[in-house]
Amino acid sequence: MLVGSLVYGFVNSAILALVAMGFNITFGISGVANFAYGAVYIFAGFFTWILLNTLGLPYVLCVIGSVLAAGVLGIVMYYVVILRVKGLALSEVMATFGLGLAIMELFRYFDFVGFRYTLPIFFDGSLSIGEVFIDYQRIIIALIAVGLTGFLYLFTHYTKIGLAFRAIAQDERTALTFGIESDRIGAISMAFGSALAAIAAIVILPLGTIAVEGGYEVLINALAVCIVGGLGSTVGILVASVVIGYAQTFTANYLEPHWMILVSLIAIAVILTIKPSGLFGKQKELEERV
Amino acid sequence: MERRKERIDRGIKARSEDIFALSSYREMLYLLVPRAIPVVGLLCVSPLLSPYWREIFISTAVYALLAISWDLLISAGLVSLGQSLFYGIGSYVAGSLNHYFGLSPLFTIPIATVLGGAICTVVLLPVLRLRGIYFAMVTLVLPLMFLRLVEATRILGGTEGLTGLTPFPNSWVSLYLIEVALLVALFGFRRLMGSDWGLIIKGINDNDRSVMSAGLNIHWYKTQVVFLAASVGCFTGAFGTHLDMFAGMPGFALDYSIMPIAAAVVGGAGSFAGPLLGAFILVPLSEILRSLGALRIVFYGMFLVIFVVGLPEGLFHFVERKYHQFERWVEVE
Repeated sequence: MLVGSLVYGFVNSAILALVAMGFNITFGISGVANFAYGAVYIFAGFFTWILLNTLGLPYVLCVIGSVLAAGVLGIVMYYVVILRVKGLALSEVMATFGLGLAIMELFRYFDFVGFRYTLPIFFDGSLSIGEVFIDYQRIIIALIAVGLTGFLYLFTHYTKIGLAFRAIAQDERTALTFGIESDRIGAISMAFGSALAAIAAIVILPLGTIAVEGGYEVLINALAVCIVGGLGSTVGILVASVVIGYAQTFTANYLEPHWMILVSLIAIAVILTIKPSGLFGKQKELEERV
Repeated sequence: MERRKERIDRGIKARSEDIFALSSYREMLYLLVPRAIPVVGLLCVSPLLSPYWREIFISTAVYALLAISWDLLISAGLVSLGQSLFYGIGSYVAGSLNHYFGLSPLFTIPIATVLGGAICTVVLLPVLRLRGIYFAMVTLVLPLMFLRLVEATRILGGTEGLTGLTPFPNSWVSLYLIEVALLVALFGFRRLMGSDWGLIIKGINDNDRSVMSAGLNIHWYKTQVVFLAASVGCFTGAFGTHLDMFAGMPGFALDYSIMPIAAAVVGGAGSFAGPLLGAFILVPLSEILRSLGALRIVFYGMFLVIFVVGLPEGLFHFVERKYHQFERWVEVE
């Protein structure tokens, strides 16, 4: 039981981290809270499904295609909507919220509901660690979460665009004097966040079906992790995912699965009372951008 | 030759701003007519409607009240993405008082208004120390989590909800109750925002630090705003509960969150009359488009985006400007 909880807790943490990473990277770089994040997530899921089943493309092409499509969707959303209200944080929130709802409910309207909307798992089969059986898909999720974290670290420290990301995040005006265009970087950060959402969707969705409710679920989880970890802090996201992920798994295993939802609620309540800016939030209380 | 549009206040506006408004009927009417429109429209037109449209009228008024509550929050710079939190809490408080203690609507509605407002305020209290975006995130998350909580723990009737609650004696009571509440909220909040208290609230929205340096405790003022807005929201919840004779999970539904925001943004935030106007445009429109089903929420979402990006001032401010000012083209020198 304990080994099982530890293993599945780690997978759960990896899922939360994957889900929160995209939301966090967009906010951390350009300061846009993308409330359409859940919509991008299910968009990627359905898009992959359409490519795979309606058009019958090979799986690898579908994955590349939908990650690119999500990135393009992010860029389009940035230039068409967000750029026009950039800096007005309240308008950004409302615009992305409305956009996300419109996209998600559009899928519901076109009847993308049911058990046939599933993505294939990568490899069939399972592995046993001690007495615990775990399927390959969950192992892949954990590996990809770890791999992506490493990739993002290397990307933001050793590539030109990555360094530009951090420059904009640290001080937009100084970055401008170095010739870093904040609008372009903002668009790229949005594309990055959306592409990460797509990767998360492709990796996580094979565990269940693609459903519109999943979009809301993802948004809630991403927000919960970001609130607990501190907006814009990558370390905070990882720590918060591990804390919430393990807490959820232990609650499900030792108490009752019903109470799982309470974990993030309590985590949010506790963190807001003790340290409102999150575990590793860099912003001080009133220095918050909004 | 370049031209620009010049806007100048009408003479009658300048004259009627002061005690001189009493000097002629024209000035008095100029002030009175815009204020009389909602009163007459609500109290006199609604009884003439057919029973079906009267129902829609009532639900429009519910959404309008939620939108007004949203507007009060945005005046203090707080974006609520979950008005359904208020509606749901109000509905559950009234529903359980009626279901478990057998209190009549005469008691449950006032109690739910105050108690529900207090519960929501306590729940949201920690977030008030932070600026807008956390408030938006937490208000979005909370109703969805309460929904899961009710579903998972099966408290308060679980997925079935509390059924068979006491209805209103007749449809006139419910109609006039919600209309009077709407008018009180509309004119009360407009007056409140014109007072010194309202000035502080607007100041918190514009620049909270300068309000703090004036020696005012902004957290306390924000708490008051949230309590007022939550009370109004909980009132609608309690009202809706007795109207439908049912309190349950639909109270936390997304409709109650997106609709008031869309109404307030389309109508024009910050004036309280704007959200009313927006609600009375959007809700009947959505009733006509009922056959579209899920596409309605798509419409609200798109309306929200289009108005936030394209016409951020909203319809009411546009109309208000036409009423108070005339425009002419002048040459740019």
